[in-house]
Amino acid sequence: MKGNEAIGEAAIRAGCRYYFGYPITPQNELTAYMSKRMEEVGGVFIQAESELAAINMVYGASAAGGRAMTSSSSPGISLKQEGISYMVGAELPGVVVNICRGGPGLGNIAPSQSDYFQATRGGGHGDYYTIVLSPSSVQESADLVFLAFYLADKYRNPVIILGDGFLGQMLEPVEFKNPAFGRLPRKRWALTGAKERPPNVIRSLYLKEGVLEKRNWELSKKYERMKKEVRYEGIYLDDAEFIVVAYGICARISKASVLLLRAHGLKVGLIRPITLWPFPSGVIKEVRDKIKRFFVIEMNLGQMVEDVKLAVEGRTSVSFYGRPGGGVPTPEEIYKVIKDGKGYF
Amino acid sequence: MEKAIFKRPESLYETPFHYCPGCGHGIIHRLIAEVIDEFGIRERTIGTAPVGCAVLNYDYFNFDVCECAHGRTPAVATGIKRVRPKSVVFSYQGDGDLAAIGIAEIIHTALRSERITAIFVNNCVYGMTGGQMAPTTLLNQKTQTTPFGRDPKKAGFPLRVCELLATLDGATYIARTALNNPKNVLKTRESIKKAFLTQIEDVGFSLVEILSPCPVNWKLSPVDSIKWMKERMIPYFPLGEFKTPFAK
Repeated sequence: MKGNEAIGEAAIRAGCRYYFGYPITPQNELTAYMSKRMEEVGGVFIQAESELAAINMVYGASAAGGRAMTSSSSPGISLKQEGISYMVGAELPGVVVNICRGGPGLGNIAPSQSDYFQATRGGGHGDYYTIVLSPSSVQESADLVFLAFYLADKYRNPVIILGDGFLGQMLEPVEFKNPAFGRLPRKRWALTGAKERPPNVIRSLYLKEGVLEKRNWELSKKYERMKKEVRYEGIYLDDAEFIVVAYGICARISKASVLLLRAHGLKVGLIRPITLWPFPSGVIKEVRDKIKRFFVIEMNLGQMVEDVKLAVEGRTSVSFYGRPGGGVPTPEEIYKVIKDGKGYF
Repeated sequence: MEKAIFKRPESLYETPFHYCPGCGHGIIHRLIAEVIDEFGIRERTIGTAPVGCAVLNYDYFNFDVCECAHGRTPAVATGIKRVRPKSVVFSYQGDGDLAAIGIAEIIHTALRSERITAIFVNNCVYGMTGGQMAPTTLLNQKTQTTPFGRDPKKAGFPLRVCELLATLDGATYIARTALNNPKNVLKTRESIKKAFLTQIEDVGFSLVEILSPCPVNWKLSPVDSIKWMKERMIPYFPLGEFKTPFAK
């Protein structure tokens, strides 16, 4: 199954019945898939007039208590930031999929990881975070969709799935495992009509002096709780002298490089953040004093490397190798970078 | 025996409005509340609060309300209605919200014939931000951003929303009314009723444009504002039903 379609099917199986999209490459298969499947399951599919409208339909559907989702690619995600910020402000759950492509501007339609900063630093206006999940295979794309809907409801906060054009377009076998998560609280806040209860209001405006500050402090406590959701994959960390840090498809490519380096006798490990926010700083801190160097590999000019450096706190060397603008490194390329110590800064 | 013939609608809280003297929002809130009470739909009504003077309308409306980003109100209302098709959902929007930043949303919501009702408050000016030019600001009208009067060469022409939307197949009930005298206020109430009925009966998309005074930003007294509505606004924005599913 194509990555984009697997995300769509997983969303349906996770109980998503409201999907609002707008065409943009390389995520179009997802929108097309939802237009067909929503009809079959009696859900709602709307091709909106813009990304702005699509995310605001998600906002409305979520406010009314529905499990809602939208997807796009980088330029479209920029437009959706308005709605994402409002959703966080109003504490509305929802899942936003970014099948990232090269930027800035119209960029290109090649796979990229150039939206890391945007995704992990809130992205829109205001002072907030969203959980960001980063799959590295079609199977994991599907798995993380289930998790995304659960976490969104658990924290009443939008969750971002940050894929890339590669993951969206690649074909791989996939099994839809609907995992049993914990029980979610009833959505007593949802707009259902004020029957036998006082009216519910969904809002993010707090004009009176000090009220918004207080509210933002409350939200910050929620972000702290969200930090417990950190997930990563670690390979060969026990004896590693060098550790590659990479996520998404770049981690998949890097894994092949790591195996190649191991075969040539180099003690190299891999840390693959699955949650980009919260960032797995803990594992970096655990290993930083035992190793000679981190190699951060990204398909951008160097974004996650800042989070790695924050976690390393200057205790060991951190090198970066990146391919911006839709460039995708090969396993041999990364192998060379680490083996020869060249081509990075 | 005494019989109450006039009282506060149940759909309004017992709270004084914060609106400026002579503003039309209070009248419009009341008319909407009366219609909701009359239909007995308060417990299944979901309203919206727009960016603008009416953003705090949930302080007055005694039913569920969703605050929306500027101009996105019809998209939010669409999302709500698709999840709760049995609810009665209305958007409440000013002229900046609906006719400038949100013109795409209102057009496409009408094209989809979403079963929602748009209450469009046209006062020819951005109220809450202090009186800037709106898409409906009249030619030669002075505002904070057209200090010499709106010149079409520099600032374009005013937009007639009802006439525009009436060209769309999905728009079902489209009417323009005004608050300039008691007779027109009652007509406004009638139009709001028809608009809600269009939704309740699952006939299609409905919109009522209400010409409403903004004395503070027009820099006129409330009395002169009423005169200005009659002499300037209504000639440019003619009143009436542009589309209706009801027999005339």
